[in-house]
Amino acid sequence: MSQESAPRSDQAGLLPALHRLQDQLGYIPDHAIADLARTYNVSRAEVEGVIGFYHDFRRTPPGRRRLQMCRAESCQAMGADALAAHASGKLGVGFGATTADGAITLEAAYCLGNCACSPALMLDGRLYGRIDAERLDELLAEGGAA
Amino acid sequence: MTVRIFIPRDSSAVSVGAEAVAAAVAAEAARRGTPVDIVRNGSRGLYWLEPLVEVEVAGQRIAYGPVAPQDVPALFDAGWLRGGAHALRHGPCEDIPYLKRQARLTFARMGRTDPLSLDDYRAHGGLGGLARALAMPPGDIVGAVEASGLRGRGGAGFPTGIKWRTVLNAGSGRKYIVCNADEGDSGTFSDRMLMEGDPYCLIEGMLIAGLAVGADTGYIYLRSEYPDAWDVLGDAIINAMREGVLGDSVLGSGRRFVLNLVKGAGAYVCGEETSLLESIEGKRGLVRAKPPLPALQGLFGQPTVVNNVITLASVPWILAHGGAAYQAYGVGRSRGSLPFQLAGNLKRPGLVEVPFGATLRELLYDYGGGSASGRPIRAVQVGGPLGAYLPASRFDLPLDYEAFAAVGATVGHGGIVAFDDSVDMAKMARYAMEFCAIESCGKCTPCRIGSVRGVELLDGMLAGRTKPGNDDALLRDLCQTMLEGSLCAMGGMTPYPVLSALDHYPEDFGLAPKQEEASA
Ligand SMILES: Cc1cc2nc3c(=O)[nH]c(=O)nc-3n(C[C@H](O)[C@H](O)[C@H](O)COP(=O)(O)O)c2cc1C
Ligand code: SF4
Ligand code: FES
Repeated sequence: MSQESAPRSDQAGLLPALHRLQDQLGYIPDHAIADLARTYNVSRAEVEGVIGFYHDFRRTPPGRRRLQMCRAESCQAMGADALAAHASGKLGVGFGATTADGAITLEAAYCLGNCACSPALMLDGRLYGRIDAERLDELLAEGGAA
Repeated sequence: MTVRIFIPRDSSAVSVGAEAVAAAVAAEAARRGTPVDIVRNGSRGLYWLEPLVEVEVAGQRIAYGPVAPQDVPALFDAGWLRGGAHALRHGPCEDIPYLKRQARLTFARMGRTDPLSLDDYRAHGGLGGLARALAMPPGDIVGAVEASGLRGRGGAGFPTGIKWRTVLNAGSGRKYIVCNADEGDSGTFSDRMLMEGDPYCLIEGMLIAGLAVGADTGYIYLRSEYPDAWDVLGDAIINAMREGVLGDSVLGSGRRFVLNLVKGAGAYVCGEETSLLESIEGKRGLVRAKPPLPALQGLFGQPTVVNNVITLASVPWILAHGGAAYQAYGVGRSRGSLPFQLAGNLKRPGLVEVPFGATLRELLYDYGGGSASGRPIRAVQVGGPLGAYLPASRFDLPLDYEAFAAVGATVGHGGIVAFDDSVDMAKMARYAMEFCAIESCGKCTPCRIGSVRGVELLDGMLAGRTKPGNDDALLRDLCQTMLEGSLCAMGGMTPYPVLSALDHYPEDFGLAPKQEEASA
């Protein structure tokens, strides 16, 4: 279980609210902006500005699964570039994009704190390490994404 | 007696199968009708052996690893519950040279305890520093930290005692303790390990900081990439409240301290302390100009201590053992120990806490075992994505803030990433600029525009390097502008990896090889 600071109504409550919304819906829909602005007493432009600043928040629905591949140095030293090319080729999408059938969204991550088990990735919020192309294919097959 | 078996819950260990191993051990024990007590500990940091399973035999913990679920029946057959011989057996865990030779001060409990058991925490020396601090006047607590020589472990190496003294002296109004748990630097994972494996140590450090400066509220700003640390910290905070460690009367002292957990949202720059404060306040993470210092006008405009996880987690040891005992470790103005993180292309990656003064060579070869690929190590990046690349000729450099600064490098958060000779340093330089372009907060031009120009220049050099005529003058010029004109170290240090790559590996950029290296 997890603990969050009690919901607050000033602007400091905005980031937790965005996280809650995205956890529930997978993205921040347009119609939520005005509500958020009212609740946290900021302008709609400010809400948009905050959403736009942080890489985590999306404005469009994601794929059913989320694959975050580490592109940072330690993983690069252990073959992350080739692994990324493999994933991108296999799924037929670039980083930041969702497959046409909506099955999976491919994202870049910059260090998952798993550098002692590089290369690393996160699939649907679960961390995996020492990944090669074969293991990646297995993981995707297990969840029925490829 | 039921045998105790330790299997890490650390997310990195789980990422290579610790969860499946725990399930396999439980199932096999049940099948054999042999009761076992499985404890989910933190990781020892010997990651090349993860999943590392320890079986407690006659008070000693015998290590087996790396264990795969399919090894489990054979391990039972080999009598591992009595410490039986097996190809995966490494003997008593604490006698493994990699661990035995370390100086584990901050990481003293790591892997030895159940992270969420406060009883375990107390039994292994936890809360001793806090008990002492509760009996001391604030100025003396700060004095102990000053005497220890502790410097910030988040990257900048600023003396912690001086920061605390500033906040202590900043009047008697509302003050905050903010823990920087953004750990954005690639090649680093010590914050994550500590939060997942010994969370009460961080909580105790924050409590002591609160007593020292007169703050009764703390915030931990944790990156969203660490969901397991989020859960462990959340549970630890609840347990600490329930047992009166946190709350209205800390250990019955009548002093109050409460802790809030705040989740980041995937912005590297929010590890910069003022950007982090903006983010806690619910805003875009734009870096603030200094002054005012956060120590005087920080969170919600109030005096604020901002410290890294490892800085704060080092404080309980210092209070329990005294500033002088900590100060006795280390060299020059780098006192105490640093939990270094060995990563990248190494045979034995992991967490190595040693006193300052050890050389890179010791860490890379004695601990790290050389490259994982078996090829020569060609470059090492120390201190995260803003850290310089060091060639083999620099491997005897002692790990010491000043010695590194003297050669244009940084120890930073202690991440050490090794690359073998297949690395393309021009590509790494391009990556450094690209990372800066992606993560820049956008407040100042040298960083926001300079990084984009840097990518373009490097693309040109990468395309032209097979033909003669590549020239690095423009790129060096740009780096100089970023070094001198950036508001924070994002733009101000991105030139470190770029210039060090140019200086030490010019041939990768289509430039004439360096003289001394050509003759070496
Ligand atoms: C771009 C940038 C990113 C940073 N990221 C982190 C980080 O992830 N964790 C951290 O502790 N410090 C980080 N810092 C350093 C902080 O600004 C600050 O120096 C530190 O939190 C102070 O705590 P300390 O004195 O205990 O190190 C970063 C600095 C910059 C410029
Ligand atoms: S150097 Fe970059 S990250 Fe730092 S304030 Fe300027 S634009 Fe923002
Ligand atoms: S660099 Fe990939 S997990 Fe850290």
